[in-house]
Amino acid sequence: MDTQATQLRPSRSNVQGTVSTLSAALPFLALLVVGVLFPLFGGGYWGVIATRACVYWVLVSGLNLVVGFAGQIAIGWVALLTLGAYTTSVLAAGNVMPALPPYLALAIAAVVGAIFGLIIGLPALRLRTFYFAITTLGFATIVTQVALAWQSVTGGGVGVAGPVLPEPFASQWGFYYFCFGLAAICTWMTANIAASRFGRALTAIRDAEVAAEASGIAKPALLGAVFLFSGAVAAVAGGLFAALQSYITPDAFTLDLSVLFFIAILIGGRGSILGPLLGTILLTVLPEFAAPLVAWSTFLYAALLLVIVLVIPGGIAELLDFKNRRPLESDRAIIPRPDLLERLLGTTPDAGALTLQQVALSFGGVQAIDGLDLEIRPGQVHGLIGPNGSGKTTTLNVISGYYAPQRGAVRLNDTAMPVLARHQRAHMRIARTFQTPRIVGSASVLQNVMIGGTIDGEGTFVESLLSLPRHRRDEAMLRDTAMLALAAVGLERLAQVRADRLQHSELRFTEIARALMLRPAFLLLDEPAAGLSAEEIARLSALLLAIARAGTGVLLVEHHPDLIFDICHYVTVLNLGKTLAAGTPAEIRSHREVINAYLGA
Amino acid sequence: MVQSIVLSGVAIGCIYALIAITYNVMFSASRVFSFTAGTLGMLGGVLGSLFIARMGMPVAVGFLLALAGGAVLGIVTEIVAVRPVLKSLDQHLYVLSTLALALMVQQFTAIEWSTEPQPFPRLFDIARGEFDQQFWLPMLACAVVIVGLELLYRHSLIGHAFLAIAEDSFAARALGLPERGLRMASFALAGVIGALAGFAGGEMLLAFFANAPMLTFYGFVPVALGGMGNNRGAVVAGLLLGLFQQSANFLVGGIFASVAVFTVFIIVLLARPEGLAGSALRRRV
Repeated sequence: MDTQATQLRPSRSNVQGTVSTLSAALPFLALLVVGVLFPLFGGGYWGVIATRACVYWVLVSGLNLVVGFAGQIAIGWVALLTLGAYTTSVLAAGNVMPALPPYLALAIAAVVGAIFGLIIGLPALRLRTFYFAITTLGFATIVTQVALAWQSVTGGGVGVAGPVLPEPFASQWGFYYFCFGLAAICTWMTANIAASRFGRALTAIRDAEVAAEASGIAKPALLGAVFLFSGAVAAVAGGLFAALQSYITPDAFTLDLSVLFFIAILIGGRGSILGPLLGTILLTVLPEFAAPLVAWSTFLYAALLLVIVLVIPGGIAELLDFKNRRPLESDRAIIPRPDLLERLLGTTPDAGALTLQQVALSFGGVQAIDGLDLEIRPGQVHGLIGPNGSGKTTTLNVISGYYAPQRGAVRLNDTAMPVLARHQRAHMRIARTFQTPRIVGSASVLQNVMIGGTIDGEGTFVESLLSLPRHRRDEAMLRDTAMLALAAVGLERLAQVRADRLQHSELRFTEIARALMLRPAFLLLDEPAAGLSAEEIARLSALLLAIARAGTGVLLVEHHPDLIFDICHYVTVLNLGKTLAAGTPAEIRSHREVINAYLGA
Repeated sequence: MVQSIVLSGVAIGCIYALIAITYNVMFSASRVFSFTAGTLGMLGGVLGSLFIARMGMPVAVGFLLALAGGAVLGIVTEIVAVRPVLKSLDQHLYVLSTLALALMVQQFTAIEWSTEPQPFPRLFDIARGEFDQQFWLPMLACAVVIVGLELLYRHSLIGHAFLAIAEDSFAARALGLPERGLRMASFALAGVIGALAGFAGGEMLLAFFANAPMLTFYGFVPVALGGMGNNRGAVVAGLLLGLFQQSANFLVGGIFASVAVFTVFIIVLLARPEGLAGSALRRRV
């Protein structure tokens, strides 16, 4: 009976998934139909507007991954449009070398754009938000200045003629269909990424960076791929822009355009494809309805940006999200199913022990940890208790690579672990949760849990872009595993709910489900019982014991003595960064110093 | 030749340093970098030209009104673009709200003032050449601001209150300091400093709306290199930036000078994201 129910569950989620995919695709299909039929009812000038909207979207779709998904505030992306426009025009016009066919020129522009996208983007790996915004702004200024000054190539202020595509794309509608086709392809590709483990990893980097690191997401590689893609499509958009304008000068590439792209994404809503698409169409069309206001359009865009930021930071996408406005059941309970753990975790191969030897770390004059020894064995729950400031979380952070110990070593199965390589912990099957849950609030609970399994996917970024079989297999595997993990911690009924609507205790169990996606050899829990009711703590205890029984070594940092003494096989008591006592719960309970210093009884 | 490079380099460096101080004063009060810093500089030049050249006011009146305009924009920045998003600093919404406000002011200026650079009036009818006012005015303004800020921060009660807010706004509020009022005062002060930068540099930069993004970028370089909130670092880095830019201008020409400044800026930032003088290690977990 029970097993039947669990076997049914994944298939039910698949059906749900298909239905929601269809309803999500509906607006896109409607836009596709309108776009294809547009020449039937749009006049000549509207054809130019529609083509322009398509060209802009080709750029915005890529920028959306940078801004909307990865949360990198790239203001000066117009630089890549400029670069693509000039590369295509100059190569096609043959100013500097024999003229190339327009398609080849476009392709070369894409490569150049990809390279420069990477160059502009890479500072994002090191710099904080405002710094990165300023560097992209500086880059945009410089590209325009170079275009103005490099007269022999760009024609300086006089400009250069844009490329003309050969038949059948030379006529107005021919060119429109060319741009529309590219826009449709870009929509499809970015939607594929958005629905892939890469898209989820990007939102994790945006909203919960430490959780992304703990899940093994390597930020440089992922952002690098996104910047390459985004730069390439922006440069292609530039080439199309030049063809549409038929003549380009540096004046055409003001910062206003950059702001338009940027605002289209924010109006649309971060982490959405449909929202920014509608935003782009809106912003392209809007000035045409308010002809006297054309001079004021940038002012209006900026005012719109201010209103959006202050009033609806979620953008159009949030306004359209009817599903998540239905009230949730109020008396819902988290009922974990530890019996599912065996299937979820499989038989973990014996990873040896995780040991800390004489680890010491100080911050300024404060000795946070002072010669700590610790051994966490597979299949055991190891409790770490101590008063505030005794070094518990610091110990956890040393193990997960946030701090390098100044003395001593952290070893896994007798091999020293690399220092400060945080995202490699996941590859060693060391998972963790956080004192304050680190969750992507705008993503569903299911998607949040799927983030935990990111490193188990096999497909590459390009395969996801094109929705090739390996990508689809990865997604199906991750979805089923995540549903299983959610069922195991007792949250499967909330799988499709936005995570920021959950209660605090539910977020704690969500984090555990996400950690379980790694099939961890070691699970580090930072105060998982904080904020839980007595009943929930009891269920958590049973769950943790079952996780340990499946072969995982659990390190439990906690303040609740009951939880520690109930389920731990071994307890270490810290005080001022040193081990005050270590032993079985029974030994600790009768340890005089512990009673004096900590339990206070 | 060397002399004129040094003179113009130091002068423009002083303007960058003043904009950097504008960033810093706002940052200290709110932990927010505002895109309006360069806009304030642009506005100082435009308002000066408007009041003195176009409306024919006496220099002193026009000067005071230009500074008052800066103070108003500073306060508007605080009310419109900073205060509403302070609650969610971690979402970085301030980047967008201050950018939006800066663009609105910039576009308004472009449309209502002019899209072309307009001349800035000569303020004093004295010696031209090496001791021209376009060189020593920015230097004087910079010196006055540095000395003034030192006096304010070290020797006045309100200056101590500013420092307390900058150091720990929660503790300062717990001690009963009027945090909101002090923040607004800081933004007004920043507005005055920014407008002063634009006014003093008016002859060099002209009254031109596009100075806003230019100053926003070049004024931020000293902030990033000198360490955020560090005014002395900002002045040193600002002067170095001015000298470097002017010598590059002379040696390789204007465009490649910008490219050189930008490249050096990126490289230094990537090597030391916390600035040359700063140190920042924050606990994230």
